[in-house]
Amino acid sequence: MKWDEFFVTGEPMIYGAMASIVLVSLAILVGLTYFKKWGYLWREWLTTVDHKKIGIMYILSALVMLFRGGVDALMMRTQLAGPDMKFLDAQHYNEVFTTHGIIMILFMAMPFIIGLMNVVIPLQIGARDVAFPRLNAVSFWLFFSGAMLFNISFVIGGSPDAGWTAYFPLASLELSPTVGNNFYSIALQIAGIGTLMTGVNFIVTILKMRAPGMKLMRMPMFTWSVLITCVIIVFAFPVLTVALALMMFDRMFGAQFFTMANGGMDMLWANLFWVWGHPEVYIVVLPAFGIYSEIISTFSRKNLYGYKSMVISMVAISLLSFLVWAHHFYTMGHGAMVNGFFSVTTMAIAIPTGVKIFNWLFTLHKGRIQFTTPMLYSLAFIPIFTIGGVTGVMLAMASADYQYHNTMFLVAHFHYVLIPGTVFAVIAGMYYWFPKLFGFRLNERLGKLAFWLIAICFNVTFLPLFFLGLKGMTRRMYTYSASTGFGPLNLLATIGSIGLAIGFAVLVYSIYWSFRYEPRDTTSDPWDARTLEWATHSPVPEYNFAVTPNVKSLDAFWFWKKDKQPLFEDKIEEIHMPNNNGQPFVLGVIFFFFGFFMIFSWWTPAIISGIAIVVMLAVRSFERDHGRHISVKEINKTEQQLRGDKA
Amino acid sequence: MKQLFPIRHVMGYVFSLILSVVALAVIVWDMSFTTAITILLICAAIQAAVQLFMFMHIDEDKSNKASNYTNIAYALFVGLVTIFGTLFTMIWGYL
Ligand code: HEM
Ligand SMILES: [Cu+2]
Repeated sequence: MKWDEFFVTGEPMIYGAMASIVLVSLAILVGLTYFKKWGYLWREWLTTVDHKKIGIMYILSALVMLFRGGVDALMMRTQLAGPDMKFLDAQHYNEVFTTHGIIMILFMAMPFIIGLMNVVIPLQIGARDVAFPRLNAVSFWLFFSGAMLFNISFVIGGSPDAGWTAYFPLASLELSPTVGNNFYSIALQIAGIGTLMTGVNFIVTILKMRAPGMKLMRMPMFTWSVLITCVIIVFAFPVLTVALALMMFDRMFGAQFFTMANGGMDMLWANLFWVWGHPEVYIVVLPAFGIYSEIISTFSRKNLYGYKSMVISMVAISLLSFLVWAHHFYTMGHGAMVNGFFSVTTMAIAIPTGVKIFNWLFTLHKGRIQFTTPMLYSLAFIPIFTIGGVTGVMLAMASADYQYHNTMFLVAHFHYVLIPGTVFAVIAGMYYWFPKLFGFRLNERLGKLAFWLIAICFNVTFLPLFFLGLKGMTRRMYTYSASTGFGPLNLLATIGSIGLAIGFAVLVYSIYWSFRYEPRDTTSDPWDARTLEWATHSPVPEYNFAVTPNVKSLDAFWFWKKDKQPLFEDKIEEIHMPNNNGQPFVLGVIFFFFGFFMIFSWWTPAIISGIAIVVMLAVRSFERDHGRHISVKEINKTEQQLRGDKA
Repeated sequence: MKQLFPIRHVMGYVFSLILSVVALAVIVWDMSFTTAITILLICAAIQAAVQLFMFMHIDEDKSNKASNYTNIAYALFVGLVTIFGTLFTMIWGYL
């Protein structure tokens, strides 16, 4: 392979990106060395098995990926701002929408949610950590190495360019001969294994590690939503694993699963992709529903309306989500029977979703509503998401979909569900749980400014796309002529996207500002909230709870505060905690190189790193690590410090 | 010693080897498509049982019965939906 095939060449923007990657990496290395932070980084972060720190790393990575995906989005919006723009050529536009889609869904939305899950779930159920802390670290490092692998594709080897759906035959070796789609199959595979293990880990955590007395029907709604999400993860991701493996065989080893000749079936890829893909959208939206439930009930000062019906509708959604996938390819050419069936199941999902919307509205009803930043996002979510949902029901009608399919109408629809459904939720969740982790709130004034910018500009960006779609502008179209009349609305959308970018910039600035100036919170329960995570100190000590709570009701913490219902009845005892370990990080690094060599079909190094992975696993299974104990004295000391007593 | 010996795992391993040989035999010996697929399906079902009982000890902890079997029911649901749904969309319902 020649150098100019290895590095992407010929684009000034790409050279700029390469230079800035090298500079930033150098700056980080020099900075770490200069401030002597290598040891700190290794001890406190790279080897950690603490669910809170792993959660923070997930969220940080997700924010970086939001930036990357956002730059992609701005590039597309710039190209589409007016007729016949020459900012991106067709190939580059293809690459950009592909990486934008993948990064936003798999490397931004999922990890952000998994990060919040990591931070909150053990605290909400009164546990000391997740069920398998080491495995949790492995999950994170596999996700991280998959994400990094995917991200280098645009400077090394070339990005995938067949859409985030990578439909065959376009994504086949014949029609996409560069390594771009190898990045797709391998990087997603590695990250996907991590996600699958997260799913297993959290199911076990929630089923087995709840505090005494916390029956299933006393779990906070976020915990419920995560339990159900993890069940979907565990059953949907294997389908992706298999589909990606088949893709890899097709592209690297000459198999013919998805080819047009030799008995292959190209549409089988689309079929398998969406068997995973539709449940995937519920994987990113159900935890968001959980987050909103917590926030809305906290800031309405009421318990959640219709707890049971919330749970039932999430279970219903989890089952139905596996029955609708063909609505993504109504126009593929199957008969009325198939389309009719999938139309009906798709519309049926609107029912449990509607139940949830009404439950939130009834929770708000007659509540004493506090308009904090997380609450603003939750309130904006309800109407905006409903627009996304209603247009979804329009798309669900198979015969009408022949008109909407693959137009900007669809693009508008899914951004209308994904952004309020997931992005607003994770931002709201970040604002809500931030004080728990760091001991101070994010500044409310800057937060509200960012909220209004984001909420308004979101609609300016995406509302015009509905009309563009109805006028006939198709998706993934890199340019159009003035005579189409698409110009003005596209310009409006681009202006909106600049506003969105400013909104996100304010958001990031507000984090920086708050770290420096925001007054520290001393109460550990700044929102006067209802669930157990607020019963321990902020920032949370590594063992979470000095004494395991005894849960007597739903919202036990609330009744402890209001009715003096006892919560912490036991004495402080020695606490058993897992040891930190560097193996997960090393495993992630090896996986990164393994994936890289696979992508370029450099077999010898690939086999060597493959063996290294097996060796790592074998070593692990012979290792004995019984963890360590924190003595009562030490706990007492930490508790006193956190309470602020002068001993 | 007797309690420490992982007899179930060893048995499971042996069963898996036998099942693999049987599956391989389907290719080695010429047989009709229907017979071959029938043999493979039966092997797959036995393999799943081996996995659950020999390796994963699903019957070991009585307190988890409800959640274990709910999970298996869910898995069956998803598996059957995926297989028959794919056949439905890709073959039976295709014009
Ligand atoms: C933040 C502002 C965002 C803007 C301005 C934006 C803009 C766009 C644009 C212009 C396209 C391409 C339309 C086309 O030509 O087909 C697109 C596609 C897409 N976006 Fe976004 N987007 C944003 C956020 C997001 C988020 C948060 C997600 C997911 C969580 C997301 C998921 C997708 C997906 C899956 C595609 C389809 C990619 C494909 O066609 O393969 N976007 N977006
Ligand atoms: Cu769908």
